Amino acid sequence: MAMTMTQRIIAAHCGESEVRAGQMVLADVDLVLANDITAPVSIKELERHGIGTVFDSGKIALVLDHFVPCKDIKAAQLCTEVRGFAKKHGIKHFFDVGEMGIEHALLPEKGLVGSGDLVVGADSHTCTYGALGAFSTGMGSTDIAFAMATGKTWLKVPAACRFTLRNKPARWVGGKDVILHIIGMISVSGARYMSMEFDGDGLEHLSMDDRFTIANMAIEAGAKNGIFETDALTVQYEKGRREKTVPCSIDPGAVYEKTYEIDLSKLRPVISKPHQPDNTCYADEAGDIPIDQVVIGSCTNGRLGDLAVAAGILRGRKVHPRARTIIIPATQRIYLEALKAGYIETFIEAGCAVSTPTCGPCLGGYMGILAKGERAVSTTNRNFVGRMGHPGSEVYLAGPAVAAASAIEGRIVSPEQLTGGAIE
Amino acid sequence: MKLRGQVIKYGDNIDTDVIIPARYLNTTDEKELASHCMEDIDPAFSSKLRGGDIMAAGSNFGCGSSREHAPAAIKASGVSCVIAKDFARIFYRNAINIGLPILECPAAVEGCSDGDELAVDLDGGIIENLTTGAKYSASPFPGFLQDIIASGGLMKAAEKLVAGK
Ligand code: SF4
Repeated sequence: MAMTMTQRIIAAHCGESEVRAGQMVLADVDLVLANDITAPVSIKELERHGIGTVFDSGKIALVLDHFVPCKDIKAAQLCTEVRGFAKKHGIKHFFDVGEMGIEHALLPEKGLVGSGDLVVGADSHTCTYGALGAFSTGMGSTDIAFAMATGKTWLKVPAACRFTLRNKPARWVGGKDVILHIIGMISVSGARYMSMEFDGDGLEHLSMDDRFTIANMAIEAGAKNGIFETDALTVQYEKGRREKTVPCSIDPGAVYEKTYEIDLSKLRPVISKPHQPDNTCYADEAGDIPIDQVVIGSCTNGRLGDLAVAAGILRGRKVHPRARTIIIPATQRIYLEALKAGYIETFIEAGCAVSTPTCGPCLGGYMGILAKGERAVSTTNRNFVGRMGHPGSEVYLAGPAVAAASAIEGRIVSPEQLTGGAIE
Repeated sequence: MKLRGQVIKYGDNIDTDVIIPARYLNTTDEKELASHCMEDIDPAFSSKLRGGDIMAAGSNFGCGSSREHAPAAIKASGVSCVIAKDFARIFYRNAINIGLPILECPAAVEGCSDGDELAVDLDGGIIENLTTGAKYSASPFPGFLQDIIASGGLMKAAEKLVAGK
């Protein structure tokens, strides 16, 4: 029977030749992920039920990233619990300060997740790895405790919607603009319980960083996961990181509840206004919106390609005195590569603050909390009430190009609207 | 299981950041989480509670993050059950896994207002609005969830699987 990409991966992990939407299965997992906020809850569950072993110490990844380097005493206590657990069970993929990065940038970079894998994580943006042709999805801490103990997870096989991307996007349009456009089109519940599957000739114009950004925000449309067909770029990305690339493509005749075709060449840079990711408009139609802060980072847009775009716009310019600009490379390796490429120097000369990798302000943790009435443009993925600080503050979501251009102008603009004209 | 309580009603797309803001996630203490439950959208929430209250909400309840702290905060605040038109996927799993009773029933949500008295029969999925006299039936749990509930929650099922190895 013809299956969607997600269904094919699930079938391969529960020993069935076929699965169909709505079916309940118990599937084997390739990797289980938790972080400094969610792992302590999983650890508590394991302890409460007297489970003293994990299924495979080489298939669990624990990443301290949300409040790390620890922002306060309580966060420090949580990290201590995770460190103790990692040590006790000999967890091979444990990442602490000095080598950590934001989990969803770090795991693909290290080759710990890849095409054909089934990955579950106690973090909603676990769906990011679909960029590589994996089935990966976020769950709660109890689900993850179950997976850590048994190496298995319960799944309801999702129905799917298909997004066929066509043509080459314009100069300042990146992955963030594509996914914000889609969420604006289908709403924050438009793909609820479903998988979002991406194919089409437009893929060849999207870098792996663009694809990570798109898959990352599948959850913001309510989806269980996002997944891309694999291609030459996937093979290139996985080379040296993984033994082989497991090809992933849509079966002819696979059933999709909805299909969409998107002409990437027609898009302009998109923003999402408070307080829901589907509240979108084109950046150049935002009107006069002054801003107090810009954040460029997170598991959505803190990768090298994102920093390159921002540096290209900020080079030789200064950020507006009103717009505090915080740049957070997502992993240590990205930080180092940005340093070697000269981006970090560009940022500092432009008047930006550059931070060690952390989730920090993305979830209103620390490193850039907003006061009442303040407004930020952020390359993160959620603009809910109070997400970056005071419930009376506002977050506008954007890609790195709009964020960098807005930092210079002190209000929301698209790069084409920069004073002094466009950039080379 | 039979529950009875007064309705506290909210709209669509109640996300996990308003159920429990991330700035309080530096603890796993459920009482402390409960003390901040819903505060960004409804600062009076904790003063409204009378014990056993029933939260009613629109579509996509619990969208956003995977934080189990969200259903945990609701449960620890003394809410006995959440009835929504439908739930976000991760919240739905989390609520079942930690034992917060939830029901999907658009008609019951449409037909109730703040302060109405409801009687809920969880096993039968029957919701009765004692204030208006209307009766509703909610969609039952799918089979695999009934198995999990029958074994005493997801981690009880894990205990069995681990012991069976
Ligand atoms: S960067 Fe933001 S969205 Fe991503 S894992 Fe961290 S807190 Fe979550």
